[in-house]
Amino acid sequence: MTDAAYSPARLPGWLSALRNIFAYLLRSPTSAFGLAVIAILVLTAILAPWIATHDPFTQNLDNVLQPPGNGHLFGTDELGRDIFSRLVYGARITLRIIFLVSVVVGPIGLIVGATAGYVGGWMDAVLMRVTDIFLAFPSLILSLAFVAALGPSLNNAIIAIALTSWPPIARLARAETMTFRKADYIAAARLQGASPMRIILKSIIPMCLPSVAIRLTLNMATVILTAAGLGFLGLGAQPPEPEWGAMIATGRRYMIDSWWLVACPGVAILCVSLAFNLLGDGLRDALDPKQMNRR
Amino acid sequence: MSKGRRRFRRAAGQAVSVAVTLLGLLMLTFFIGRMMPADPVRAIVGEDATPETYDMVYSQLGLDRPLWAQFLRYMGDVLTGNFGQSIRTGQPVIQDILHVMPATIELATFAIVIGAGLGVPLGVLAAVNKDRWIDHAVRVFSLFGHSMPIFWTGMIALLIFYAGLGWVGGSGRMDYFYIGMVPSRTGFLLIDSLLAGEWRVFFSAINHLILPATLLGYSASAYITRMTRSFMLDQLNQEYMTTARVKGLSRGQTIWRHAFSNIRVQLVTIVALSYGALLEGAVLIETVFAWPGFGQYLTNNLVIGDMNAVMTCVLIVGVIFIALNLLSDILYRLFDPRTK
Repeated sequence: MTDAAYSPARLPGWLSALRNIFAYLLRSPTSAFGLAVIAILVLTAILAPWIATHDPFTQNLDNVLQPPGNGHLFGTDELGRDIFSRLVYGARITLRIIFLVSVVVGPIGLIVGATAGYVGGWMDAVLMRVTDIFLAFPSLILSLAFVAALGPSLNNAIIAIALTSWPPIARLARAETMTFRKADYIAAARLQGASPMRIILKSIIPMCLPSVAIRLTLNMATVILTAAGLGFLGLGAQPPEPEWGAMIATGRRYMIDSWWLVACPGVAILCVSLAFNLLGDGLRDALDPKQMNRR
Repeated sequence: MSKGRRRFRRAAGQAVSVAVTLLGLLMLTFFIGRMMPADPVRAIVGEDATPETYDMVYSQLGLDRPLWAQFLRYMGDVLTGNFGQSIRTGQPVIQDILHVMPATIELATFAIVIGAGLGVPLGVLAAVNKDRWIDHAVRVFSLFGHSMPIFWTGMIALLIFYAGLGWVGGSGRMDYFYIGMVPSRTGFLLIDSLLAGEWRVFFSAINHLILPATLLGYSASAYITRMTRSFMLDQLNQEYMTTARVKGLSRGQTIWRHAFSNIRVQLVTIVALSYGALLEGAVLIETVFAWPGFGQYLTNNLVIGDMNAVMTCVLIVGVIFIALNLLSDILYRLFDPRTK
């Protein structure tokens, strides 16, 4: 393992591993489905203005609660807005949540986990105790509390979700660090006079990155469901933002007569979260399962 | 002797670690409570209070003292069971919560029975048929349950099974005209109605319980299925399984008698942990089904900004989680012969 870390061919080896993983994923129909849905999500979000047939915010009170068809693919909502276009723009919000949560959670988890694992001693004990405290809550409940404190908005929901989803990453990064903390190349760096911070940033964190990236993918389904749940409870994105969970919440009042208000955004959430779950499941199989179970 | 001492030391270590986690929990809820934008003094004195009254309540609440002193006071309050008053009902928050808790426990218990009843057999089935179509079907079925936004599935299920087909009761714990017919002795409607001999109320309660409990159980079964499958695979790959077959046991016997009985302990801990995770789904599903339990209490108070109530709810969830973790740990030690 240490030799591989030293060899100059590390990056190409890494890339070919990535290619192998992709090939494996595409062989299994379920993970291929996951990859496809996520690709569609990303494309939809990027190309939203060209895909959407209407403006997602323009109201048309002469044309409210129209069933699907008649120029509106998924019908219109209680303010006459085109549901299909709102779903398309909602993909941007979903992607923004996923991206921002990963950007916040990845570094926090990596730094906490690598520091705890490398420094050890009381630092490890304190950091892992803090991690345990955050793990003592189901993520939705803790996010609820944070959003209640920060005030309801999409950005606060993202912050709250990020605050609750770093502990598993930290656990994983710590476990990874423990396995090569005593490795020769770390000792070599230390003998050359590298500070602990430099060793953590330059020698340890790059080694943890692949497994952390996979773990982040696995967490995405939970992140999406928590965000949708917060939106549904009125604590996430605020109207008129076309966030899928919030769309379900407002559509609830008209559900009995106009099922499409609720059904369409729900199917969108279900598809994306299922896609991430299937992809994560495939990734878990593609890599050594024992490796992933180790926490 | 030394075995007893080792066991004592382990128990003591665990007690210390639980105590530290609980302290951290208190700190977390305390600081979240401080961050809240709502002004606790304003909530008590109202908008028209004079500045003197405001200042008096301000110092009565201890808000003029340093943060650490406020935290010590909060800790003392919590340890003596004083969680503050609810703004809405004026009653102690803890009393309100204890009042709504049975409804949630009833729901979650039914759900976990359904979740385990679904997840364990499916997991065994998937492990035995690894990489065959049954395995893939089970995987998709259980991941589907794990991927549903449960508040949405709840609404769709109400639309289909209640409004459309009329197979189950709608929202709430029982039909409207039964409310108040049964005296509340335990708070558990199923038990209360049986004690009172009111069969119609009992069946109405079952009728209302079945849909939310099934949805919650289905969403919980994904994790149980996956863990059962991986535990079973660990066993099935071992050599004693081959030995058992060579000895002439049937496939069913080796699977259920040998492999399955070896994973029972692990399964118990998984089910205990899933029970705690149900609380999360309960918050959403109770909102959809107007289920008068803990989850609805929490979201109602979030909306009106009742800080005491919300923070106490969060604290209780944390304590339940820690307790379940501890319980699953203890169960594991009690039942696993290797830890003796």
